[in-house]
Amino acid sequence: MNAPLQAGTAAADVWTVAGRTFRSRLIVGTGKYKDYALNAAAAEAAGAEIVTVAVRRVNLSDSSQPMLVDYVKPDRFTYLPNTAGCFTGEDAIRTLRLAREAGGWSLVKLEVLSNTPHLYPDMIETLRALDLLVKDGFDVMVYCTDDVVMAKRVEEAGAAAIMPAAAPIGSGLGIQNRVNIRLIVEQAKVPVLVDAGVGTASDATIAMELGCDAVLMNTAIAGAKDPVLMASAMKHAVIAGREAYMAGRMPKRQYADPSSPLAGLI
Amino acid sequence: MRLTINGEGREYDGRPDVAGLVTGLGLDPRKVAVERNLEIVPRSLYPVTPLMDGDRIEIVHFIGGG
Repeated sequence: MNAPLQAGTAAADVWTVAGRTFRSRLIVGTGKYKDYALNAAAAEAAGAEIVTVAVRRVNLSDSSQPMLVDYVKPDRFTYLPNTAGCFTGEDAIRTLRLAREAGGWSLVKLEVLSNTPHLYPDMIETLRALDLLVKDGFDVMVYCTDDVVMAKRVEEAGAAAIMPAAAPIGSGLGIQNRVNIRLIVEQAKVPVLVDAGVGTASDATIAMELGCDAVLMNTAIAGAKDPVLMASAMKHAVIAGREAYMAGRMPKRQYADPSSPLAGLI
Repeated sequence: MRLTINGEGREYDGRPDVAGLVTGLGLDPRKVAVERNLEIVPRSLYPVTPLMDGDRIEIVHFIGGG
């Protein structure tokens, strides 16, 4: 018999990617915030342990500009460098090698996007880049389409985690294909995270109810009227979805089933 | 000497090594990564990596991203 889940035991519910173990199942981006201070406050409110970051040229004309590392501190958050803006495998590898040198670690997020308005990943180019990165010693979390067969290919190519899109990046449309996300979760032996397309708290809960190990989002928090409050909402949404998944939902029925006993009616 | 730094052509007359360049630009070497002619320069080698006329240098750091 399963003991009821106590608040104290929830702390033991962890997930592991490439040998690193985390308690928080919410990864947040660091783009699109008004400033880095608000960004840091939102990441704290989200309870995040991992944040995604981009790699870009430094501003040579003004070296006194605020730097991300001074606000969202790498000793508090695990940085997950991304390859946003890369449209070829070579661009992605060059970017992540620089990231590895800047940050000193090998856990990275690969996203090789199609140069289109929907920004869906170019999976052929993504697989090619993944192969090169794995050979170069990176632990690669891979942004991918919600194609079940492609997700398997990504895993077989050595991905440390599979991160299917819920909907186009920054669209806030929520999970468009629950059937596929669930099938990807069922077949995977590495962590599955919904990445991109979450709009509000219920979307994050659904991702977790489908059995995802974690959720990655940026615009849903940064684009809210009150990003810090939305970050807190997302933290609770992810916990709620995870606990519901662990608890095992009741079966659906077509008709009513009264909650109060009929025996002893006056 | 003439360098191309982050895509910009620049005259450089400081100490002719990567450490001199980075600190001369007012940057904290612990917060950046440097590529010289498409090769990563490990941070520990900045002081012993010479700069040559015509070098193409990229200096990057982490910024906010999704």
